[in-house]
Amino acid sequence: MSGEPRADGPQSGDRRWRVVVLSLVPVVLLAVLLGFGLGRDPRATPQNQLIGRAAPDFALQDLRTGKTVRLSDLRGHPVVLNFWASWCADCVVEHPNLVSAWQRFGNQGTVFLSVLYQDSPSRAASFLDRLPANWPDLYDPSGRTALDYGVTGVPETVFISPDGRIAYKQISVTTYDLIERQVRSMAKAGSE
Amino acid sequence: MSAGGNGRGDVASGVNGPRGVRRTALALGAAVVVAAVALVIVATRGPARPATLQERVRVIAEELRCPECQNLAVADSPSGLAREMRGEIARRLRLGQTATQIDDFFVARYGRWILLTPDAGGIGLFAWLAPALAIAAGGGLAFTVVRRRRRTASPVDDHAVVADRGESSDEPRLTGEERDRIQREIAELEEVP
Repeated sequence: MSGEPRADGPQSGDRRWRVVVLSLVPVVLLAVLLGFGLGRDPRATPQNQLIGRAAPDFALQDLRTGKTVRLSDLRGHPVVLNFWASWCADCVVEHPNLVSAWQRFGNQGTVFLSVLYQDSPSRAASFLDRLPANWPDLYDPSGRTALDYGVTGVPETVFISPDGRIAYKQISVTTYDLIERQVRSMAKAGSE
Repeated sequence: MSAGGNGRGDVASGVNGPRGVRRTALALGAAVVVAAVALVIVATRGPARPATLQERVRVIAEELRCPECQNLAVADSPSGLAREMRGEIARRLRLGQTATQIDDFFVARYGRWILLTPDAGGIGLFAWLAPALAIAAGGGLAFTVVRRRRRTASPVDDHAVVADRGESSDEPRLTGEERDRIQREIAELEEVP
């Protein structure tokens, strides 16, 4: 009834502010979370898990010669270990960089190795007929070596220092400059 | 008041309001307790232990993120890498490794990112706390609403006396003087043999 005064005083104002603030808190929290989530690359994968650790050993067969290549036999040499596949478009882009780097550093003690990833030897052979590579191409039928190196896709390149530790891991295309930088850095660290 | 009996009955019905609220609160409380007990039983018993190797592989693979895919568990991904990961899990289970050891193997290579269960620290802590916060906020809101309704309901109980006089229950609250008078009259009626 109109006889009773309406509660429009300062208490009502306080209550209204409380409701506004309480409604805004979850909205702001959600906005912050969304901002955090949307600001991240959904394809981003952690890159530095293996760096500094001992490179997992492997013994894989060279597709061309049939010889077994064992990583532990290569101690004392910097190793450039490239994971690739014939179906991988980026591997075609990367190939000339590896060839150039091999021509530059392959005869200076740096060992280049490729590991075929989720591919068949026959398809790899056709690829290498078109785009030759003169370093060993290893077959990893179970995919265990790729798992040991935390491969998330191809191309990926792991740089292993002469003391058998992982110096760097490149996810996606490796450039000539990157290979040069890493090889020089590994050689420097090995000579110290 | 036409008759003392009526007046007493109406006052009694006014008392039934809070009793009804109490009964509802008790029923709700009992329901919450039953639900909590059921949750505790389910949580302590856990899901049925996987019997076959395939099932054990699936349980572990469900907790691992497929590195090649977006938002897919290794158990659900058709990708080659996920297939190899499932093979590796099976191989390690056959060697007698535990689920924790297998998780550690993948974490050492891919980081904690590979685990689908969020970290109990950093931003991941929010995922753990969010359900509890939501329940607390909902409980607080429900408590506030119930308390406010009870507050607004009490004058209506007083109005039961007003309604007995044939007036609308939308009448304003009783004044202190009126309330005193009613109490006095009830006391007098109760004294009547």
